[in-house]
Parts: sequence; C-alpha cells; structure tokens
Amino acid sequence: MTRPIARPRLGRIAVHGALLFYTLVAIGPILLILVNAFKSRRAIFNEPLALPTAKTFSLIGFDKVLAKSDFGLYFLNSLTVTIGSVALVLAAGAMAAWALTEYRFRGNAFLGLYMAIGVMVPIRLGSVSILQLMVDLNLVNTLTALILVYTAQGLPLAIILLAEFIQQIPRDLRDAARCDGIGEYHIFWSVILPLLRPAVATVAVFTIVPIWNDLWFPLILAPGNGKQTITLGVQQFIGQYVIDWNAVIASLSLAIAPILVLYILFSRQLVRGLTAGAVK
Amino acid sequence: MGGDVSLAEQTASERRRPWSHILVFLAPAALIYTVFSIYPLLDTIRYALYTQDEHGVAHFAGLANFVDLFSLPVWADQFRNALVNNLIFFVIHVIVQNIIGIALAAMLSLPKLFGRNLYRTLIFLPTMLSVVIIGFVWQLILSPLWGVSEGFLKAIGLPQLFAPWLGQESTALVTISLISVWQFVGIPMMLIYAALLNIPEDLVDAATVDGANHLHVFFYVKLPLILPTIGLVAILTFVGNFNAFDLIYAVKGTLAGPNFASDILGTFFYRTFFGYQLQLGNPTMGAAVATMMFLIILIGVMIYLFGVQRRMQRYAL
Repeated sequence: MTRPIARPRLGRIAVHGALLFYTLVAIGPILLILVNAFKSRRAIFNEPLALPTAKTFSLIGFDKVLAKSDFGLYFLNSLTVTIGSVALVLAAGAMAAWALTEYRFRGNAFLGLYMAIGVMVPIRLGSVSILQLMVDLNLVNTLTALILVYTAQGLPLAIILLAEFIQQIPRDLRDAARCDGIGEYHIFWSVILPLLRPAVATVAVFTIVPIWNDLWFPLILAPGNGKQTITLGVQQFIGQYVIDWNAVIASLSLAIAPILVLYILFSRQLVRGLTAGAVK
Repeated sequence: MGGDVSLAEQTASERRRPWSHILVFLAPAALIYTVFSIYPLLDTIRYALYTQDEHGVAHFAGLANFVDLFSLPVWADQFRNALVNNLIFFVIHVIVQNIIGIALAAMLSLPKLFGRNLYRTLIFLPTMLSVVIIGFVWQLILSPLWGVSEGFLKAIGLPQLFAPWLGQESTALVTISLISVWQFVGIPMMLIYAALLNIPEDLVDAATVDGANHLHVFFYVKLPLILPTIGLVAILTFVGNFNAFDLIYAVKGTLAGPNFASDILGTFFYRTFFGYQLQLGNPTMGAAVATMMFLIILIGVMIYLFGVQRRMQRYAL
C-alpha cells in the first residue's frame, strides 16, 4: 500500500465533472425524446428542453400512434421472434457447447472453429441466398423465417460463452454422476443445465438486444402482411408521418421503453458478461 | 430428450453407438447454423458468378459481375464511393471511439470512485437501443425545423456553429459517423475498463515507488497493457462498420444522400440487390457486392488475427 494517500481533491472533482458531462451527453438526447413525448405540439417547439407541466402535458402523440398503426401487433411480433430465437439459441447452444467441451472426439476442434466463424462473419452478407431460401421454403413474410435466421446468427456467440462457462463446472460433478451409472442425456439435463442458469441470463441479453433492434432482416424477409417487428414498424410509421411531430416522438418513445425496462432489469448480467469476456 | 428411457437401456445403446449422444447434442445447432448461415454465405459467393437474363434465368458468367463492378462506370463509381465512405466511417469510429472510450474507462477505473456503477450504466444505455431509433432521435435533434440544437448552441453562446449537418454533402457522413460513435462508445469503454481492472496492482505500485506520477503510470504502464483490448475493439468495429446499414437507411433512406455522400457498402449492397426508384434490383450483382464485403471483412479479420493480435500478445506478456 505505497500509493499516495492524500489524493488531490481537486482532481476528483474534475473527474466527476467530466463523467457527469459525458453522462449527460449520453442520455440527454434520449431523455429529450422521452420528455417531449408527453407534451403538446406547441410545447415541443416552444420549450423543447422543459419538462411537461400541467399546461403542456398531452398524450396526443401516443393516441395518434396507437390509432394509426398496429403498434400492439408489431410489439407482439417482436416479442414472438425474440423469445422464439432466444429459446432456440439457448437450447441448441447449450447442447452444442456441452458436447464440444465435454467429449473428445475426432473433428471436435474443427467443429468448434466452424461454429465460431459466425462470430466474425456477419450473416447479413448471405442475404441474397437467405431470401432465395425463404422463398423456396415458402417462409417469406413469416415470423418463422426471422426466428430461423436469428437463431443461426445468435448460436456462435452463445456457444462460445456457454462453453467457457461449462469449463468452469468442476469435473467431479459429472464424473460422480457417471460412476453412479447415469446416462449422458440425464447428466446434461439434471446436472449441467441447472448449473448453467447464471450464464443463461448473460447469453440471453447478448442474444436479445441485436434481434430486437435489427432492421435488416425484417426489411428483407418480413416487410409486410402485419409481420413487421417493432423496429421496422417504427421505421415505416415515421416514414409515413414525418411531419407529425407528436406521433413521431411518441412512436420513438414506445420503441425505446421496452429495451429501457430490460436494461434496468439486466444491466448487471450484461456488464458481467462484457467484462468477463474481455478477461479471456 | 430420452428422459424416460430407462438407464440400463440408455447405456446399452451408448455402448453400441458411442457417438449417438454427441450427435444428438450437436445436431440442432449445427443444422440450423449450417442451413441458415454458412450455406447462404457460400451460396451467395457462388451466385455472384452468375448473371440473370431478361427472363430472370441465371447463367454462369464467371467473374463478369466483378469485372463490371470494377470497370463499368455505372457500378464502379458507386462502389468506389461507398468503399471510400466506409473507410472514412471506420477511421472516425476507431479514432474518436477509442479516445473517448479510453478516457472514460480510465476515469471509471479510479479506485473508490463514487457513483461508478451509475455512470457506467447510464453511459452504456445508448448502445442498447436500436440503431434505427437512435438515427431518428438524432435526425429530430439536428433538424433545423425543431431547432433544439440551434437553440442549445445559442444558449451556450455558439450560434454560428449551427448548420444542417445531416443535409450537407460535406458534413453528412461525418455527422452520421459521430452519431454512431456516440451510440457505441459504451463497448470500448466497458472492455477497456475491464482490461484496466485486470492490471495487477503490483505493477502500478512498483512504478509509483519508482517515482512515476499518475499520468506516467497511465501512459507507460497501463496503456501498453490494454493495447490487446484496443485491437479487439478495432476489429469488432471494423466488422460492424463494414456491414452497417440500419443507421444510414433510417436517417438518409436508400439513396444515402445528399448525392450519395453518406453511401457505404451496406446501403450500396441493399440498393444493388433490391433496386431503387426506377432502377430494378439485381440479385447476382448484389451477391457480387456481398462477396466483396465478405472479402474485405475477411482481410480485416486476417490482419487482426495474424498481424495485430499475435504481436500485441507478445508485447503484453
């Protein structure tokens, strides 16, 4: 403990000043939109930086969005696609991660590398063929198409994160189970899966966010027929009602809200995942 | 999953086929991943070697698409423009994102910092939101119609700074790049922060005993040790930037205006594939553009894996 103990106080104040300033830069624009979503049109333009008061408070933007677009439906579509994909990624990913870390078999290393390609090479680049494939499978404008693509997209990272986690599970646990004559499926299901629970939250957050936020695949694979996800729905809505500021700001707020809630609930897992991944 | 199969039966079947459970565990992931990720990637590269005639029938054409892409002015000019813009987009990201990221991480990793978690959580918030939403948010804020940024600049005494940054040919790309930096600076911040926390105390203490002050410790002890992380951030950014699309599509539409000033490879790919206005989509040429993007990303990843990462690991050790 040879650090200088008398740290200059002034330095600390400057650090807090800088961090506070950047925090405002980071969340200011989002707050600005959220605040103005609850104001009348006149107040949005006259006092954009003010909080809504009793006089300027208005929900007209939300009324318009809900009346003029199928926001509830888009939200449900996004929810279906996200939950479906995450469930598949977690189930198939955990099984594959287990097989790749637990069993020594020929081609193990190759298969691990093969699955890792997807971390670096964006699946988007295959869009021409993916669209063709979905046309052939008759899946255009279905949520199934999105779920399949997002599952393929999410698997590589999920397998890497889960494999890292499985390696930390003490060997004794599985060996003890094997000595008792318990089958491999049973070990996975009743010994390993329950132990994976903490990792599942991290993997889920990393899988959910890119899926929920994606515009590309909804635009290409499911752009119409009431199959739009919320990101695409907002994009189309704003394209149509550019000049209606109340409606535009309200639709943005509605799109921000779910991720905001998710983030508040899971920011700990997310931070843990990000910082653990960097340690290597 | 075979939960009700009796144990004796299961082990017996495994003795006969010791591979069976491995196959069962691997099959779902390998199948979905192969069919919907690897196969389309390879098939896109194959498809880039075809051209479509007026009836929509594809014929093998060798490298004709690539020759057109590099030499026919219709394609080559746009391709070069998108490529150069994409490089600018990337360079702005790497420089600005890393400088802000390192500065924030250095401040956050100070011992006993009050409110550390709150700062970190709030600064990371924009990274979580959809690029499309962020694009619209900034489009509104920078819009001369609303006048929020104009009023803000006036309030802090710099009204002459205001300009329709997103609408001018000279500033659109830089503005969009900075919006994207603003959104994603949380990632370098977090990764560098974690790397800084991992630096052994002894190293810092030793340097302090030798008379190094805070700045010396940071630049001569800590910075070299976090270079591998900065390399990782750079390659993640590279891959992300060279298939970016959403932000520019949201802010500027398919035409990536004004006058293609904000066109990057992702938007060029989309236009080529689906067409725009009166121009019909061209899937085989789209596949050729995607193949070029694939090659560019591959080269970037290779440079990182074999050049940057190895050297840096040696350095770090």
